[in-house]
Amino acid sequence: MSDRITLQVARYRPEKASEPFVQSYDVPCPRDWVILDGLNYVKDRLDGTLSYRWSCRMGICGSCGMMVNGEPKLTCATFLSEYGSGPIRVEPLRNFPVIRDLIVDIGDFMRKLVKVKPWIVRPPTEDERPISDGEYRQTPQELDEFKQFSMCINCMLCYAACPIYGLDPNFIGPAAIALAQRYNLDSRDAGSGERMEILSEHEGIWGCTFVGECTKVCPKHVDPAGAIQRYKLTSALATMKSFFAPRGA
Amino acid sequence: MAAPFHYTDYHPQWLRPKMSTYWWLTRRSYVAFIAREISSVFIGWAVAFLLLLVRAIGQGADAYGQFLAWAATTPVLVMNVVSLLFIVFHAVTWFNLAPAALVVHVGGRKLPGILIAASNYAAFVFASALIAWLLFG
Repeated sequence: MSDRITLQVARYRPEKASEPFVQSYDVPCPRDWVILDGLNYVKDRLDGTLSYRWSCRMGICGSCGMMVNGEPKLTCATFLSEYGSGPIRVEPLRNFPVIRDLIVDIGDFMRKLVKVKPWIVRPPTEDERPISDGEYRQTPQELDEFKQFSMCINCMLCYAACPIYGLDPNFIGPAAIALAQRYNLDSRDAGSGERMEILSEHEGIWGCTFVGECTKVCPKHVDPAGAIQRYKLTSALATMKSFFAPRGA
Repeated sequence: MAAPFHYTDYHPQWLRPKMSTYWWLTRRSYVAFIAREISSVFIGWAVAFLLLLVRAIGQGADAYGQFLAWAATTPVLVMNVVSLLFIVFHAVTWFNLAPAALVVHVGGRKLPGILIAASNYAAFVFASALIAWLLFG
């Protein structure tokens, strides 16, 4: 294996050029370097104008998602050595507007995320237990129901992999629905009815046609596609129930 | 749902790449997805063919004979062979995807996904065997 590799990085500098272009950088390729190390080398040693997001370097913060050779990847968890002698094409996440170089606008996702209320919704105050009764305990089985979905780090690789989101930006998208399910399936939560109004819209679960790529690219094995299909069943059953028993009988 | 956006002097215009019409050719999994979607057309054809068959039977021996003669023409035969391939593809892909959509608990434990897929295949084999027995048994 060569001790150097070429990164072909997509650049977009709106104050200088209206069109994106590709810039190549020759970087070292030690066995323990990930793509993000290569980008940091470029930033520190070769070209300080390169812009990209990163933070934790350990697959927790979800900041460094980019397209690597056309695949959505966390660049802190993708080794340079996986790509042989290269070159490696690094581009901003697909399906998002590009602000600059490898930085995309995530405002659309953040607005959608808030709409599905990704927090524990408690019942009205009068139904709450007194504090003296202690904490709300969960069994391992109850934890297991939602734990998988709680692993989402909002890296948005699933949005970059989803052609439905690319074609219809109104689609709520995989991560927001998976996170809604994380709270719907929590035994302490009482907000599933409120979330259903948003999730059961056409732009919610029904926009998904089960391409399944979101689950394949998820670095945390959250399975957003599974979350969406399961919620389709929940929503369909709720609709049938309201049709046959409109007064909740 | 997408909120309106505003550009300012300090916030120059963002790049908004458009998806190619041929996006589905960029990955094998996208091609498989589109093939699965298209398979619905052939399932529609199979249902229409079956309804036409039932109508012909209901109209008597002459109509049934005409239907069989039409069904034996090359275009209809080709259409039915292609439909069979797409229907098998449709069924297999959905059987394999079923574990993602269904969570079944038995005795307080989640059933492994492979068992859910296997139960679909078992039902498929059982139904096929039942039809074969009715026809040739």
